[in-house]
Amino acid sequence: MSAPKTLYDKIWDAHVVSEDADGTCLLYIDRHLVHEVTSPQAFEGLRLTGRKVRCPEKTIAVPDHNVPTTEGRETHIDNEESRIQVEALDKNAKDFGINYYPVTDIRQGIVHIVGPEQGWTLPGMTVVCGDSHTATHGAFGALAHGIGTSEVEHVLATQTLIQKKSKNMKVEITGKLKPGVTAKDITLAVIGLTGTAGGTGHVIEYCGEAIRALSMEGRMTVCNMAIEGGARAGLIAPDETTFDYVRGRAHAPKGAQWEAALNWWKTLFTDDGAHFDKVVTIRGEDIEPVVTWGTSPEDVLPISAVVPAPEDFTGGKVEAAKRALDYMGLTPGQKLTDIAIDTVFIGSCTNGRIEDLRAAAEIVKGKKIKDGMRAMVVPGSGLVRHQAEEEGIAQIFIDAGFEWRLAGCSMCLAMNPDQLGEYERCASTSNRNFEGRQGYKGRTHLVSPAMAAAAALTGHLTDVREMM
Amino acid sequence: MEKFTKVTGIAAPMPLVNIDTDMIIPKGFLKTIKRTGLGVHAFDEMRYDRQGNENPDFVLNKPQYRKAEILVAGDNFGCGSSREHAPWALADFGIKVIVSTSFADIFFNNSFKNGMLPIVLPQAEVDLLMADAEKGANARMTVDLEAQEITTSDGHVIKFEVDQFKKHCLLNGLDDIGLTLEKVSAIHDFETKSAQSRPWV
Ligand code: SF4
Repeated sequence: MSAPKTLYDKIWDAHVVSEDADGTCLLYIDRHLVHEVTSPQAFEGLRLTGRKVRCPEKTIAVPDHNVPTTEGRETHIDNEESRIQVEALDKNAKDFGINYYPVTDIRQGIVHIVGPEQGWTLPGMTVVCGDSHTATHGAFGALAHGIGTSEVEHVLATQTLIQKKSKNMKVEITGKLKPGVTAKDITLAVIGLTGTAGGTGHVIEYCGEAIRALSMEGRMTVCNMAIEGGARAGLIAPDETTFDYVRGRAHAPKGAQWEAALNWWKTLFTDDGAHFDKVVTIRGEDIEPVVTWGTSPEDVLPISAVVPAPEDFTGGKVEAAKRALDYMGLTPGQKLTDIAIDTVFIGSCTNGRIEDLRAAAEIVKGKKIKDGMRAMVVPGSGLVRHQAEEEGIAQIFIDAGFEWRLAGCSMCLAMNPDQLGEYERCASTSNRNFEGRQGYKGRTHLVSPAMAAAAALTGHLTDVREMM
Repeated sequence: MEKFTKVTGIAAPMPLVNIDTDMIIPKGFLKTIKRTGLGVHAFDEMRYDRQGNENPDFVLNKPQYRKAEILVAGDNFGCGSSREHAPWALADFGIKVIVSTSFADIFFNNSFKNGMLPIVLPQAEVDLLMADAEKGANARMTVDLEAQEITTSDGHVIKFEVDQFKKHCLLNGLDDIGLTLEKVSAIHDFETKSAQSRPWV
C-alpha cells in the first residue's frame, strides 16, 4: 500500500506532467479563468510570438474588475482605460476562440462566481486565474490559485504551469456554529488567529464538523479568503453537498461521464494518518460574529469587543496598529458597536452569491436603512441578480433604500466607479481592508452579509444577533 | 524572447537604496493593456514633475544617460509589489542589465522572464562600477554573459555569477514558455491519458 496522502497530494499527483531532479514540476491546468486586468499583456505576448491558446475550450473569460455596475455599461464605459481593457478582452476572447461572457450576457459576473455557477469548476481539478482570489474554487476540492501575467501567458500557451509543491496545512473547525455566525466569520476568525502570513508556503485543507455543515456557497466564502491567510490555496474535500451543487450545471459532466467522475471524486479525501506540516483547530462554538478594526484582514475582533490599543501588540505590530488606528480614525477602548458607518457594500466574490443576499435580506425585510446611509447590493453575477429578483429579495433591498446594482467587482476594489470617498467608512462584505482598497483614504470594516445589513439599518457596527 | 549574449553600452548610476516597484512604475499605469510602451513612465515620479515636465536632475534625463542600457543601482533593487509592469517598464526603456548588491526576489525572477540580466556583485565591485558609470557617456562598459564578465571603460574586468539554467535561457532566448514547449510531447501524452481517465475535464 502506498503512503497515506492528503487531498492536496492526491490532486497534485494527478496533474504532474513531468518532474525535474530539483522537484520543479510541470503541472497540468484543467481550467484557466481570465479577466480583463491581468490578461491583455499575456494575449499580446501570444500575438508577438505567433502562439495560440493551447486549449481554448478549457479557458473562460469574463470582464469584472473594471466594469461599472450601473445601467448603460454595455454601450458606454466612461473611464477610457477601463473601456480599453474591457474591449481588449472582448477582442482577445473572440480572436483566440475562448469561452466568453461579455457584459451583455446574463451569465456575466465576477470570475470566481461565474466559474462554479456554470459548472466549469469541478472537484479534483486544477484551476488558475490571474487573480489571487482564485482560492475560492478550492471549495470544490479543486486545487486553485492565483498567478502572475507571465504565468497567464504560460498557461494560455501550454495549459501547464511550472510549480514546486507547497506544504500541507490543516485547519479544523470542530462542532457547531452558534446562531448568527456564518462562513465569513469562520474565515475571518481563522485569519485573526493565524495572521496574514500563517499559511505562507502552505495549501490549507479546511475540515471538521462545522465545515461539513456549510453549504457550497459558505465553503466558497471560507476558501476565498485562504489567500488573506497567506496560503497558496484553500481546499475542502468534496462530498454529497458538493455533488448536489455541481449536478446539472451547464458544463458539469452528464450521463456515464457523470458516474465516472463521481467515482473518482469520491476518492478525493485525506487518508487517515496522512501528514500535515501544520495544524490549527478552532471550536465552532467559540466563534462569534466578527469585524475588522484595522487595515489588515488579521485585525479581527468579535463584535462585542472594543478597539485595541497599540500596546496590546508586540514587535512590528505595535507600529502597524498605531498606523492602522490613525488611518481608520479610531480610539483605543471605543466599543466596536459605537463605530458609525456611512456606507454599506454587500457583494464581491467573497459574499456576492444568492445565499449571501438572502441572509442580508432576512435582516432588512420590512425595514429602512438609516437616513443618509449609502447602501448597495451588487450581485456576483447576472444570474444571481436574476434569481434574487425572482425570489423577491431585490424588492426587499430596494424598499429598504438599497441601490440594486448590476454584477461586477464593484466596491471591492477602487478600479471602477464604485468607490469610497476620503474618510468614508464602510461595512463591507468583501475581503480586503487595505489602505485605499475601496477608495483613497476610505475606511473598510470587513463583515458578513447579515452584519453588513444590520449596520445599514442602525448606522453603526451592530451585533446582528440582536436583530434576529 | 531575444537572445542575450553581450551588451556594450552606457551605464547610469542610481546609488539610491531600496528602489521599489512603485518608484519604477507607479500604480496609475497598471490599467494599460500592453507590456510595451511603459518605458516613458519608468521612474515616473522621479523623472517628471506633476505637470509632466522632465526633472533635469534625474539621472536618466541627463543628456549623457538618456540612452543608458545598464543600471548600476543601490541595495535591494526592485522591492515592493510583484507587478511585472516594473521589469516591463525598464526593458521598454532599453535597460538590459542591472547591477546591484541585492535584488528583491520576485523582481529578480521577473527580470529574467523579460530578457534582462540582473547581476549581483559585492559592494566593492558595485562601487567600482558606480564610479565608472559616473564618468558619463564615454564610459561604455561591456557585459559578456557567455564569459560572465563585465569590462569597465578602462579595461578592468569583473567576474560575476549567474544561475546556469537562467544563463542558458538568456543566451538562447528561451522563455519559460519556450522551455515548456520543448516538453510538448509530455503534455500531449498527459492529455491523451487524461482524455481516457478524466474525459469530463
Ligand atoms: S470581487 Fe474583489 S476580490 Fe473578488 S475578484 Fe473582484 S476585485 Fe478581486
